Amino acid sequence: MSDQKIPLSRRQFLATTTLGAAAVAAGSIAMPSVLRAAGAPVKLGVLHPVTGALSYSGQQGRLGATLAIDEINAAGGIKALGGAKIEPVLGDARSTPEGGTAEVEKMNSAGVACIVGGYASNICLATTQAAARYDLPYVVDVGVADTIVTRGLKNTFRFGPGFGVIAKTALENLVTINDQAGKPAKTVMIVHEDSLFGSGLAKLLNAQLPQHGFQVLETIPHPTPTRDFNTIVLKIKAQNPDIVIPADYYNEYVLLARTMLQQHVRPKAIYSVLGGAASSYKFVKEFPDAAKGIMDCNHWFDPHSEKALALKKQVEAQGQFFTYEVYLNYSCVGLAADALERAASAERPKIIAALESSTWSGHTMPYGPTKFVNGQNQGAAPCNTQVQDNDIKVIMPPKFANAKAVFPMPA
Amino acid sequence: MFSPTILIPAILNGLLTGAVYALVALGLTLIYGVLHIINFAHGALLTAAMFAAYFVYRELGIDPYIAALLLAPVFFVVGYALQRFVIGPASHGDDRNMLLVTLGIAVVIENALLFAFRADTRTIDLPYAFQSIDFGFTFLALPRLVGFAAVFAVALALWLIMGFTDIGRAIRAVAKEKLGAELAGIDVAHIYAVTFGLGTACVAIAACLLIPTYYVNPSAGNAFVLVAFTIVVLGGMGSVPGALVGGLAIGVVESLSSLFLGDTLGQIGIFLIFIVVLLVRPSGLFGARA
Repeated sequence: MSDQKIPLSRRQFLATTTLGAAAVAAGSIAMPSVLRAAGAPVKLGVLHPVTGALSYSGQQGRLGATLAIDEINAAGGIKALGGAKIEPVLGDARSTPEGGTAEVEKMNSAGVACIVGGYASNICLATTQAAARYDLPYVVDVGVADTIVTRGLKNTFRFGPGFGVIAKTALENLVTINDQAGKPAKTVMIVHEDSLFGSGLAKLLNAQLPQHGFQVLETIPHPTPTRDFNTIVLKIKAQNPDIVIPADYYNEYVLLARTMLQQHVRPKAIYSVLGGAASSYKFVKEFPDAAKGIMDCNHWFDPHSEKALALKKQVEAQGQFFTYEVYLNYSCVGLAADALERAASAERPKIIAALESSTWSGHTMPYGPTKFVNGQNQGAAPCNTQVQDNDIKVIMPPKFANAKAVFPMPA
Repeated sequence: MFSPTILIPAILNGLLTGAVYALVALGLTLIYGVLHIINFAHGALLTAAMFAAYFVYRELGIDPYIAALLLAPVFFVVGYALQRFVIGPASHGDDRNMLLVTLGIAVVIENALLFAFRADTRTIDLPYAFQSIDFGFTFLALPRLVGFAAVFAVALALWLIMGFTDIGRAIRAVAKEKLGAELAGIDVAHIYAVTFGLGTACVAIAACLLIPTYYVNPSAGNAFVLVAFTIVVLGGMGSVPGALVGGLAIGVVESLSSLFLGDTLGQIGIFLIFIVVLLVRPSGLFGARA
């Protein structure tokens, strides 16, 4: 026993002295960067729901984040930190807020400089709050709930647009598209899944559409999963609306579109907001007939960005679909790396300050340079897309468009 | 409230959907009738069969309707082996244990599928999947009509097996009086396994009928099994005609209640029936009185 005491006390002694040295280093301003000059890797938390109900989206998000990390490391790492490599600390939120919170705790213990990810709104709400306790900077990748950035959390930054902006843009663009075509559409039917996302959107549309001269004939909620859309499609057929607005997750969206095709229901437009399948290459590839002409207002990459197109090629070469989770996460990691570069430090308060003053434009999105106000990127906005010629084209906003809207759909 | 132009198609669609529910319920009720257990692995087996149908189409290019002829015997063997070598031995002759073992198998199958194929949703695109036949007053989807016919063919085949073959007689004997059947020289463990195999084969056929118009992911089967439980209760636990009539009835109820009450409340119609049947006629429409 007494033999073990000596090395133990020596270890303790070493630990204390190192801590002391670290304290001294932290006290002086120049020292940390000098220490970092050795190029010690910077840990970055990459948090997604890679198992459970959201695992597809989570894995796509992780793919985007890791592609960005590999690219940054291959290009010489964080130069302001002596070429420090980014070391990803991968976390699985298991598709639940609790799972996400547990991962934040682990990542904090692992000493990450920043966390990127979250995906679902409910996960992001929990994880950003958990990270706030440690002043741990957190870049939200998708989570569209507006409450994520309205709680006054200093550590939380959302790169993409929130629900309010998306719904407002979707409505304005719908009115514009209809006006440009000579107002052929007057009636609307809304089909939505009955959780927070679909119901919230339906409520908003019901309040806003009549103000823009649209008559909402009927609003049909349905649960997830719904096995059969025939009755809903029969109702649509009976009312014969000019526009059908679906707000559903992927599976239900596909079933609905397929059933409409089967029942020969062809409205002037199918127009969705954050449509589960509408702007998904998977849907277009697997069901080109059902997807034809569908419009969506959703996260979308800048089709003129060389970087985005190169990334698309790279992702597709891996046999994966280029989904919004991929390019949003890719951009979010770039944003965090830019903050590290300008902070020239892996210290959390400095990274938060760097994110607050961020004007980064090296991303793949049609947002312009980043500008954060209360944690929300002000330039973030959705695009309107339409499935044309078995591809997904951007039809709005005009600045980023690579096609014109086909509306009304030829019968 | 609704004109016949929407009411009649809704009823017809309900019948077509109900037929597939009936087939899933058929397997469940068969297993219940003989083994006296609710097979909790039914949904997971349906999912597994849907994955099988998906890959048989994608890798071998075999149409799901033809694959049904292939997958039914394969899943019969799977079901037989599960009961004979896993559920039977693990339950040590106690029915309650059997129930728990099937629950365990469900967890294992679902998570194995999740591990192997991720939560990604998969669909196949067949040329006829979008085709519908114009009846003048409505369009009915071709794959659903095929499914409807196939379900009746399966039910007929099952009825013939149960009524006119030795194995069918043995199954009925075991269902009625296990000890007596054993004394008469029937191998009860074998009959149990055959029944489980038949139930699983029904699920495999249902999967092949579903896959042209539905999707598969590791939890896709569960959506059908909850309905199937209700059908089994409505039709009478263990009754084959009960499952068929119950399935069609539930299909129509679901379709009409989604028409009149909306889809969110439409599900209530099904479970109200479940509760009412349990209160008023616990043995179900065709069930023998306990």
